[in-house]
Amino acid sequence: MDKIWIIAKRELDSYFDSLIAYLMIIIFLALSGFFTWWFGNNIFIMNQASLATFFGISYWTLFFFIPAITMRTLAEENKSGTIELLSTKAVSDFQIVTGKFLGSFILICIALLCTIPYFITVAWLGPLDFGATFGGYLGLLFASAAYISIGILASSSTNNQIVAFLIALFVSLFFHLLFDILASGSSGTLSSIFNYLSARTHFESLSRGVIDSRDIIYFLSILIGGLVMASMLLSKRNWR
Amino acid sequence: MAITVENLSKVYGTQRAVDNISFEIKTGEVVGFLGPNGAGKSTTMKIITCYMSATDGSVSMDGFSVDDQPDEIKKRIGYLPENNPLYLEMPVIDYLRFCAEIQGVEKSMISSRMHEMVDKCGLESEKHKIINELSKGFRQRVGLAQAMIHEPELLVLDEPTTGLDPNQIVEIRKLIKELGKEKTVILSSHILSEVEATCDRILIINKGRIVADGTSDMLRQKATGNEVLTVTIEDEKKNWEAIGKNLLALSSVEIISNLEEGSFSVQSKPDVTSKKQIFDMCVKNGWYLTELTGVETKLEDVFRELTN
Repeated sequence: MDKIWIIAKRELDSYFDSLIAYLMIIIFLALSGFFTWWFGNNIFIMNQASLATFFGISYWTLFFFIPAITMRTLAEENKSGTIELLSTKAVSDFQIVTGKFLGSFILICIALLCTIPYFITVAWLGPLDFGATFGGYLGLLFASAAYISIGILASSSTNNQIVAFLIALFVSLFFHLLFDILASGSSGTLSSIFNYLSARTHFESLSRGVIDSRDIIYFLSILIGGLVMASMLLSKRNWR
Repeated sequence: MAITVENLSKVYGTQRAVDNISFEIKTGEVVGFLGPNGAGKSTTMKIITCYMSATDGSVSMDGFSVDDQPDEIKKRIGYLPENNPLYLEMPVIDYLRFCAEIQGVEKSMISSRMHEMVDKCGLESEKHKIINELSKGFRQRVGLAQAMIHEPELLVLDEPTTGLDPNQIVEIRKLIKELGKEKTVILSSHILSEVEATCDRILIINKGRIVADGTSDMLRQKATGNEVLTVTIEDEKKNWEAIGKNLLALSSVEIISNLEEGSFSVQSKPDVTSKKQIFDMCVKNGWYLTELTGVETKLEDVFRELTN
């Protein structure tokens, strides 16, 4: 755990040193704020003290941002050769991958923490459904964790950041949207399988305030699957 | 730290990069891997440092096996890879702290270790700079500093002086020699003088195999089985041909070749010296012997002979 934290800390430092972190947080707040408070079906038109609009927007914004954050994690180390240095230090491949994951995840947590003023404002405007709000944040965290894990897997597979970004976006797109579309285009067992695979289903049920272990297991299995596969890809130099 | 490598092989696709190598390194030795580019030096180092696993064979260090206890081995090794990859966006001091932490240096010791490394590697004036801003020589020092920060028992340095200017090369060599007094060091190079200047023992590797193993003196001796002399004789009659014939007629001489007028390269038969006979011959014929020197075989020649 110690080693994972050391890697996560370095990762986080490099986000803040390279301004990626500030840029990401500002754009995230600007986009989600714009749609929550100003444009289209904003909170005043809905006339409800609810953060549902914010959660819906954030769900999309994070989907685009996360591949951009994770693309450099391992791809850059692969390219510059620093991975050789890192993996000959006293850490395992799984610790490296998990550390990278944790660094990106903490950045997302910081971005979401910055939206606490939205929560306070809405709670002040009218009676807020605290269960749904808690569920919404939890849903965003779990969905982000799953997408970060996919992003890191994509990044571990290549030494080109653009390729990592595109693979991550493409794979996430299945969970984000395509499984949902496939589910509505098919019927019977197939439809329910696609429906189960769609992240949207699980995110929406969480953000309604229903905290179901099935949804949590769904996100956790993507998360763990991604990390395990990424550390396997990292160890592929050891395949005989 | 003593290292035992047994029948090590590494195959990339169809190419055998390392082909059944075995050797032992004793604690405190400074060993140089010498070989042309692509000989398998780096691959061997990558296997020793647990970056890659071998296709076949075993590597063990003080009873720990590379395959079974990589964590124990990684803790005890400091590694400077080829081309010295570093996190360019980090300040030197932060980078050293990161390396110390990740290698499990005790918290209370980290500051003093960092201070010592900065001192030893001459990084005092550059320690707050971002690595990207450093010259190649200083980057190499940062690479050495990160490799040594956790007081490893074994240092593995892959071409530590490539790309440095002559002054920096001398300084890095001095540093390595200093380190070699207390640690086991393996370094690779394709520059002979470098290995000769820093190492106690040389392993010449070619096409994945060890073709020679020993101190530089031993290797030289092995190659100079026969004595080679440069002989220059002055003759007022300038009868060079007669001199040549006479030289060749000596019982101890195997072959001669004419270098220039009056100057010959004379190779003796195995295990005999011709010096005395040449001198006597000159006295007998009334020639003046102006030069009689033994040609020392250069390590370059040994290297060429073994790797061509």
